[in-house]
Amino acid sequence: MVPLSHYLIFSAVLFTIGVLGVLVRRNAIVVFMSIEIMLNAVNISLIGFDRYFDQSDGQIFSFMVMCVAAAEVSVGLAIIISLFRNKPTVNLDEFNILKG
Amino acid sequence: MELLIFYPIALMCVGLALAVVLNKNPINSAMCLIGMMLGLAGIFAFTQAHFLAILQIIIYAGAIMVLFMFVIMLLNLKEDADHWMAREKNKLLSGLTAVLLVGALYKIIDVITEAKFKAPTAVPDSFGTVARVGEALFTDFVLPFEIASVLLLAAMVGAVVLAKNKLD
Repeated sequence: MVPLSHYLIFSAVLFTIGVLGVLVRRNAIVVFMSIEIMLNAVNISLIGFDRYFDQSDGQIFSFMVMCVAAAEVSVGLAIIISLFRNKPTVNLDEFNILKG
Repeated sequence: MELLIFYPIALMCVGLALAVVLNKNPINSAMCLIGMMLGLAGIFAFTQAHFLAILQIIIYAGAIMVLFMFVIMLLNLKEDADHWMAREKNKLLSGLTAVLLVGALYKIIDVITEAKFKAPTAVPDSFGTVARVGEALFTDFVLPFEIASVLLLAAMVGAVVLAKNKLD
């Protein structure tokens, strides 16, 4: 049996890697992938707790997280495509027209 | 015994996640991310959450990553690399961010190891099966389930509208 703390530490490590990717990378697509890593990290801890308490709620939550991730990715990638039409780059530092 | 299976899969996932963040080429990053998703599906199956493991493979490794691949190949990013490298080349800033995050991670791990969790117990065979998760999904969580369908419809319409060439 794997103790709950192992799941939580694994989840924390993956989440930190995701945050690192969002903060350090400037390529919009890689930033998106880092967000996916963070969402997956949360799913691990949800399922770890679920098993610890022998319930189904955490699995429903991670099911909903997957739904939101799918919606987020489809809309986000559409936004990246339409941004790319205006300015042929995916560098996040160059998209600053909303900055006053 | 089970730790012998858990640790290699977890290490593989962490390594692949690092590879996603550190790779210069977005295609390689996407490949590593697919590997990480599959590893996580392994972890879920190992935790006896079979339904979630299958969903992880179908939704994440299947649908979402295929979409990523399509977009990466649709946008020709070759000439773009020099521009966005400029800030990523700032090693000092990246290093400082990494040190800060490792500090935060150390604190989180400290809190987790201090906490007193019961020793893990065996769960019944029904845990994580489609039957049991589906029962919860269609009784206690039927409203979020219906709202999720509206969310997905909105996302579908939104993606079509945003990616369309010109609105007439």
